[in-house]
Amino acid sequence: MPQRVSESKKEVTILFAGDSGDGIQLTGSQFTNTSALFGNDISTFPSYPAEIRAPQGTIAGVSGFQLNFGSIEIFTPGDRCDVLVVMNAAALKANLDKLKIGGAIIANIAGFDKKNLKLAGYLDQRNPLEDNSLGKYRVIEIDVTKLTRESLKDSSLGMKEKDRSKNMFVLGFLYWMYNRELAMTEKFLKEKFAKSPELIESNMAVLKAGYNYGDTSEMFTTRYEVKPAPMPKGTYRNMMGNQALAIGLIAAAQKADLPLFYGSYPITPASDILHELSRHKNFNVRSFQAEDEIAAITSAIGASFAGNIGMTASSGPGIALKGEALGLACILELPLVVVNVQRGGPSTGLPTKTEQADLMQAFYGRNGEAPIPIIAASSPKDCFDTAFEAVRIAVEHMTPVFLLSDGYIGNGAEPWRLKSAADLPKITAPLIQKPNAGDAFLPYKRNEKGVRPWAVPGIAGLEHRIGGLEKEDITGNVSYDPENHEKMVKLRAEKIDKIALSIPLQEFDNGFATGKLCILSWGSTYGAVKTAVKEMVEEGYSVSHIHLRYIFPFPRNLEQLLSGFDHVMVPELNNGQLVKIVRSEFLIDAKPLNKIKGLPFSSIEIREEAEKYFV
Amino acid sequence: MSTIAEKPKSTAKDFSSDQEIRWCPGCGDYSILKQVQTILPEIGVERQNVVFISGIGCSSRFPYYMNTYGMHSIHGRAPAFASGLKISNPDLSVWVITGDGDALSIGGNHLIHLLRRNFNLNILLFNNEIYGLTKGQYSPTSPEGKVTKSTPMGSIDHPFNPLALAAGADGTFIARAMDRDPVQLRDVLREASEHKGTSLVEIYQNCNVFNDGAFEVFTDKHTKANTTIFVEHGKPMVFGENQNLGLRLDGATPVVVDLEVGEYAVDDLWVHDKTDRFKAGILMRCFETPGADGQGIPRPFGVFYRENRACYEDLLHNQIKTAYERKGEGDLDALLRGNNTWTIE
Repeated sequence: MPQRVSESKKEVTILFAGDSGDGIQLTGSQFTNTSALFGNDISTFPSYPAEIRAPQGTIAGVSGFQLNFGSIEIFTPGDRCDVLVVMNAAALKANLDKLKIGGAIIANIAGFDKKNLKLAGYLDQRNPLEDNSLGKYRVIEIDVTKLTRESLKDSSLGMKEKDRSKNMFVLGFLYWMYNRELAMTEKFLKEKFAKSPELIESNMAVLKAGYNYGDTSEMFTTRYEVKPAPMPKGTYRNMMGNQALAIGLIAAAQKADLPLFYGSYPITPASDILHELSRHKNFNVRSFQAEDEIAAITSAIGASFAGNIGMTASSGPGIALKGEALGLACILELPLVVVNVQRGGPSTGLPTKTEQADLMQAFYGRNGEAPIPIIAASSPKDCFDTAFEAVRIAVEHMTPVFLLSDGYIGNGAEPWRLKSAADLPKITAPLIQKPNAGDAFLPYKRNEKGVRPWAVPGIAGLEHRIGGLEKEDITGNVSYDPENHEKMVKLRAEKIDKIALSIPLQEFDNGFATGKLCILSWGSTYGAVKTAVKEMVEEGYSVSHIHLRYIFPFPRNLEQLLSGFDHVMVPELNNGQLVKIVRSEFLIDAKPLNKIKGLPFSSIEIREEAEKYFV
Repeated sequence: MSTIAEKPKSTAKDFSSDQEIRWCPGCGDYSILKQVQTILPEIGVERQNVVFISGIGCSSRFPYYMNTYGMHSIHGRAPAFASGLKISNPDLSVWVITGDGDALSIGGNHLIHLLRRNFNLNILLFNNEIYGLTKGQYSPTSPEGKVTKSTPMGSIDHPFNPLALAAGADGTFIARAMDRDPVQLRDVLREASEHKGTSLVEIYQNCNVFNDGAFEVFTDKHTKANTTIFVEHGKPMVFGENQNLGLRLDGATPVVVDLEVGEYAVDDLWVHDKTDRFKAGILMRCFETPGADGQGIPRPFGVFYRENRACYEDLLHNQIKTAYERKGEGDLDALLRGNNTWTIE
């Protein structure tokens, strides 16, 4: 037995990469669940090719799963990775720039044969594992394919099926490397293959073989220890962003005591919300896969008219198609939740990559004066709270609400401390049961919040007609009167402005209330900015961090908070959108930091830009 | 001791809203509005359970004139609004009001999907073969060669046959009526309202401003008898000034026969069977315009086709019911908890 050293690490980032058929996502999520159960804080980010089965062995076909886990609080899936697991040459070529200098490459050498090298585009089929080009890294070569087959030599499975479990070998090896138990994955395999015991057996055999390979092979002298993180007490589960969002919608509908109607047309990266909601029909969820994006939103508006909470989700191109209906929802003044899981644009753009470039679309993407409240989720787990809040605002204020997420947090995952149903506030819909003006019903008679009553078909005495034509104040009858139109535009805007009274005041995420630089972020940039600011504050920089959930209307103290700083920097994954709104709204010289590469910010990028303010 | 006063029956007037009607004087829409207001009390629905949903266009102002629930939505999308509404409350009596541009051009997609899903609701498609609200461009039902503001040299668009389109989308109730024949229109509307499923009623409607007389050959009392035929289930297809003409099928080809010649009698005629998909299809394809003198195949009116098929909203609510039976009413705490948790103490 070789002498083994155990090295302690605060955090580790691993990137699993391989062909889209290599089981990369499953390997990553298994390592994630095991580490989460162990007590690490964790954050994950999968990346898929846009094509379902891109040509095998090519760069286009590489699928990745990055996870950052640690004994400290983790806010992002990691800037650069410590370990890069590559199942073939293309996976190495596509991801080498994400590896830290000195990081480890675990390479399946069976994926570096002449054919794979050629498909990956290595010149003259030059093998990077053999030409000393990887001198800056620690390379661990394993013939995963061969070892997998060997560990299954007594199995009756065919060669193809045997090869399919090679991801388990890699997983087993990493479990060994990071001192993890196999129990969680064993449980998973037993559930997944409950109907085919031979697959449970073969996958377990390979998983154990990978683990034992680390243990018995004398090549490896170091194992790593990543202790549990000091997380707040409580019970946790792992939550993906889109899943958290769907569950948040259900929870809110339950707390409003109303049926949930979800009209949706499939689109990447929002479809998982439809999948999740369709599974929960016993929560009075009516999910409807509509014929197109327009029908998705208009069916939801029809449902809201009938007293359900109408909801829809899409991504940028689909939201563009919903524009006219959004205007209608705005003038009808019915509840509607519209989720945009943003992706790279314009047009079809980068369907599987992330971006925050639809903020202006949410603000202004309609004809006429059609203000719609906007809130944004900051992390996978925050999708739950923002979804709940989106429903609350929509129902209590009788308005469509935009909820912005993006591909990065929609597909990412992190631990979520359970909430109980009792912890969640009740949502009160302004439903009306009888006429509100003697015997007459006035559908646009507002309450002190500027909110009109919600009269649902089926109630005698409340029969009324609504529509997209301008309405007369109070009666809702069609009106072309100039004075009335201006009044109605302002009443609708005031109603939205008054939402600011029902949302919390803005707080600092980190730093003092005054100082040199305030970084103002929104949406999925939260983790990277938080990580950067945390480091800088610890080092004594005069930096503070405000992260916005409520983008329209802004929290009513935001202007005052920003006024306490010499500089305001707004990092965004777009060409500068929130920054324009902040500048025009508050007349401050906020400066942008933009990245438009379909990728999230790294904390280093935030930090480098922030440091420039201190030169 | 108490007596229960019988609830007074509602009348057409009860279904009329207090809003001033703003269609052009002489518009065919007035007649359709009146017939709808007339049949609703007859079919026994109560105002609070009725919803009219329209798109955009002249006809789509209809809901404002009905003292029921209503929504004047956006162009072409009324079927989708109605789908969400019907899923949310299957008990409502839902009427989609649309026109040839609204239903067949901008909203063509929603129409076909509504028909295949077979929601239990009624579509009244006001066909005037013109865009009225935008002041006179050709529509998807305008005949080839039609000269309009946007087709000064004549339309080169091949028109839709709305009924054949509905049949192609597997519509379960397909009918045609006209504004100028209120009796037949009411008959068709009544049957449409009784049908469980999506009922499509195409209604020829005269736009006396931009397309006056488009259907004159079918509605004019001098020509109507020879150019139209009102088909009734189980009855032979007789038409003509003196019930002297008939339709018979020669294979799959309809042929007009003169009953007075002696070659054919009523017994030889095509007997309408609205459950026969194939023959209903032939009837829908009778789409050429006959001459005023009765030359050619008359334009059929009435209920062409009717079939029973499960409605989407029933199937959906059955699934929901099954989910409740299998899993019990959703427990929010269990949902929040999920399957894999760990505890930090």
